[in-house]
Amino acid sequence: MKFLRDTWLVFQRQMQLLLRNPVWVIVGIIQPMFFLLLFAPLMKQALNVDGTMTDARAYQIFVPGMLVMVALFSAFSGFGIIAELRAGVIERNRVTPVSRVALLLGRSLRDVVQLLFQAVLVTLLAVPFGLRVGVGDALLAFLLVGLMTLLLSSTGYALGLTLRSEDAMAPVLNTVTQPIMLLAGIFLPLTFAPQWLKNVADFNPFKWTTDGVRALFAGNPGDDAVWQALAILTPLTVLALYLSSRVFAKSVR
Amino acid sequence: MIIETSALRKSFRSRAGRETKTVEAVRGVDLNVAEGEIFGFLGPNGAGKTTTLRMLATLLEPDGGTAVIAGADLRKNPGEVRRRIGYVAQGGSTWDDSTGREELVLHARMYGIGKAEARERAAKALETFELAEYADRRCKTYSGGQRRRVDIALGIIHSPKVVFLDEPTTGLDPQSRAHMWGEVRKLREMGMTVFLTTHYLDEADALCDRLAIMDHGQIVAEGTPADLKQEVLGDVVSVNVRGEVGKAADLFDNAEYVRKLETTEQALRLYVEDGATAIPHVLRTLDADGVVIDGIELHRPSLDDVFLAKTGRSLRES
Repeated sequence: MKFLRDTWLVFQRQMQLLLRNPVWVIVGIIQPMFFLLLFAPLMKQALNVDGTMTDARAYQIFVPGMLVMVALFSAFSGFGIIAELRAGVIERNRVTPVSRVALLLGRSLRDVVQLLFQAVLVTLLAVPFGLRVGVGDALLAFLLVGLMTLLLSSTGYALGLTLRSEDAMAPVLNTVTQPIMLLAGIFLPLTFAPQWLKNVADFNPFKWTTDGVRALFAGNPGDDAVWQALAILTPLTVLALYLSSRVFAKSVR
Repeated sequence: MIIETSALRKSFRSRAGRETKTVEAVRGVDLNVAEGEIFGFLGPNGAGKTTTLRMLATLLEPDGGTAVIAGADLRKNPGEVRRRIGYVAQGGSTWDDSTGREELVLHARMYGIGKAEARERAAKALETFELAEYADRRCKTYSGGQRRRVDIALGIIHSPKVVFLDEPTTGLDPQSRAHMWGEVRKLREMGMTVFLTTHYLDEADALCDRLAIMDHGQIVAEGTPADLKQEVLGDVVSVNVRGEVGKAADLFDNAEYVRKLETTEQALRLYVEDGATAIPHVLRTLDADGVVIDGIELHRPSLDDVFLAKTGRSLRES
């Protein structure tokens, strides 16, 4: 009970601050919007190999990629924690008996809420372009990217608390997220990839997420890709939460 | 005793290039702090004050030794220690975009205090620390002194038995510093034991009931400021004389009130128990022999002299 109360307390505070300064929510949608407007039409033509590609089909392939991309950015949560660290807020939290898992989870859940808001918005904005997706399928897809956000934002927090400086954080994040992003088949499905690239991509958990979300947007919730994505994300998320809350609990110099 | 530590130790590994060095930040600290006193930790930067404080506040795990704080064992039950202490960090603890009131309410709630009571406590703390006027403005609009007062209010919002203040006045202007001393005394009046660190001599002298002087990770002296000063050689009377200093010095060979005598090129330095009563004797002795006096100066020992006597260095220099 104390844990739930503590989590709520941390979450509430984070939400309050987010709403007070919602610029990050906006920034988070601008990039996928650019892709939606400036890149999707190009991609539709590229995918139109046999001349049967429709707008609906193109956006069913493209929007899931955008959702995974937005979720991937939640790893950048670590920058926020460095600012909190510097302001002394983390230390102030750590001298109280508040649950260490709550300190992490309350923050990560804020990131999940933000992601879900962005995901819904991106999806809705694609509808006028021709996207068609079932509500149930979309909700399940949001669950997948939500889990992914939980996983990545908690990892980002642990990274920020460990590296303690934006200067160290930026190159690490860029180096790690770039290949993950490319190997997740966000822009183009990896079906076009040469075999060796596919083999490498199989080790990227978020490639499975993209596949799962695409299957859902295509209206195939029974597709293997859906349960596979869930089966890969869930244990990873639990592990990330466990390890990251240990970082919160540990004495940070 | 509300704080009792024994042989508390902490070392850090630091990397310089390819070499890793172990730095012993705190090497065996034994402390006894009585309930209701303002206890000060005086020492130069890097002496291990903050490290010790952070260990006592459960932020750092000690490598060895024991500590009991407000009846709770630091090593075995840090959670209970957290409930009984407050901690105010050196670098501040407020978030720019939150208001003082929000910070106080949230912090109280993190100690398990209910919503209504947290609000009440926050309001009261804002009153006590003269912050009511700014309570609903964002912290980034506060002055350094105001922000520091919010920090202190945060540290005591749950009515702890002991409150740790790490360099509470560092970075404040003289006026805010004087104000802060008042706030610290207020905490003692509220019945709290205050444990603070400082590298200001005047602060340690004026504010602390008792203090420990720390250097290189160890406590080199402990006591009330008055006792510590008494421990050093007492007052110093310096006399500038014209002519041969050595000859003048000989006049004090049999003077019982002089504990020790040093000479420089132009001056005599007489260490005496009480300078005020010694000066007339000194003047008479010199005058009787026709020594011309150019000036006389009485120097009462400061905590810096204590530090000098214990470590061989001046605190001002280190």
